[in-house]
Amino acid sequence: MADPMRIRAQASGDKATVRVLMSHEMESGQRKDAAGKLVPAWHITEVTAALNGKQVLAAEWGTAVSKNPFLQFVIKGAKAGDKVAVSWKDNKGDSRTDEVTVS
Amino acid sequence: MDLTLLLFRKSKEVTMQRSRLFMWAAAMAVACMPALAQKTTSQGIDEYRAMLQDGNPSELFEAKGEDLWKQKRGPKNASLEKCDLGKGPGVFKGAFVELPRYFSDTGRVQDLESRLLTCMETLQGFNATEIAKTPFGKGEQNNVTALATWIAAESKDMRFNLSQSHPQERVFYEVGKRLFFQRGGPHDFACASCHGEDGKRIRLQDLPNLSKNPGDGVGFAAWPAYRVSNGQMWGMQQRLNDCYRQQRFPYPGFASDATIALGMYLGVNSKGSASIAPAIKR
Repeated sequence: MADPMRIRAQASGDKATVRVLMSHEMESGQRKDAAGKLVPAWHITEVTAALNGKQVLAAEWGTAVSKNPFLQFVIKGAKAGDKVAVSWKDNKGDSRTDEVTVS
Repeated sequence: MDLTLLLFRKSKEVTMQRSRLFMWAAAMAVACMPALAQKTTSQGIDEYRAMLQDGNPSELFEAKGEDLWKQKRGPKNASLEKCDLGKGPGVFKGAFVELPRYFSDTGRVQDLESRLLTCMETLQGFNATEIAKTPFGKGEQNNVTALATWIAAESKDMRFNLSQSHPQERVFYEVGKRLFFQRGGPHDFACASCHGEDGKRIRLQDLPNLSKNPGDGVGFAAWPAYRVSNGQMWGMQQRLNDCYRQQRFPYPGFASDATIALGMYLGVNSKGSASIAPAIKR
């Protein structure tokens, strides 16, 4: 099971800014280990975000995204008290979903 | 005739004006160029750092450290909640800014990481020597770093106030000071070679002068820190050992007296400066 994400969602006016910090190795598949063997690629492939259960963002990610990625986006029409859920899936089939309330 | 003279005069005036303007422009360019270039470079670095500040991945390690503190682990299946970091069993707030210090139960001067190791041995039954020998970034070492990150974060914005009342603490300060200035290795390097003068820089990294108080959130007050370039969380022990690697010295080792003494020297120098740990670096 992957480590939890840190999500902050703050409303201002008619929109909310969401900041997500994901814990992931994001191994590109280009690096070699001490023995000279390629370290297999291991990275997030899919990211989705939902506001009160309705999907508002979908992204396909690849090897170019950094380790422990940070993602920031704005949701129009989100108010304090709304629920924002962020999920990711990686190429090893692991996934993680975390939810916060907009403040 | 008159007309030609007039024309001639006028054109001369124009040329003079032009050349004056040109000279002025040239002088301005010479005067401004270095300042302008430097400003944009350092501004660029500052902007980049400000962007990194938001979403410092050290938060992930903080969360992990907090869990590890409360979690029952090790052969004795116990948590670290009774660990004495110098302010009584279980007190972690403000402990970071008073370490390293002398501990009467172990009879040693210890910094945060070596003290955590002691707690992991006495409370949880781990083998401290084995963990100390584990390479950085492997196995239990990662847990020690996460714990140190969380404990340091609990003292964020507090000011360093290391004790110098015990004779051992003064000895460690003196030893640390000598190690700081001791040159050696194939490059005849000391810590002071890079960190003994104001206004030095390696590529884009400003080098703080650590032979005196470097101010809030600089040097000792900035570690543990997350390094963006390699995605690693480093504690002070790893940072100090890395200094020796850069000097082409062998590692003094995790929780060695040498690195603790250096920590004592840097910590005492930082007295009164606020801690920003866990920080984010390049």
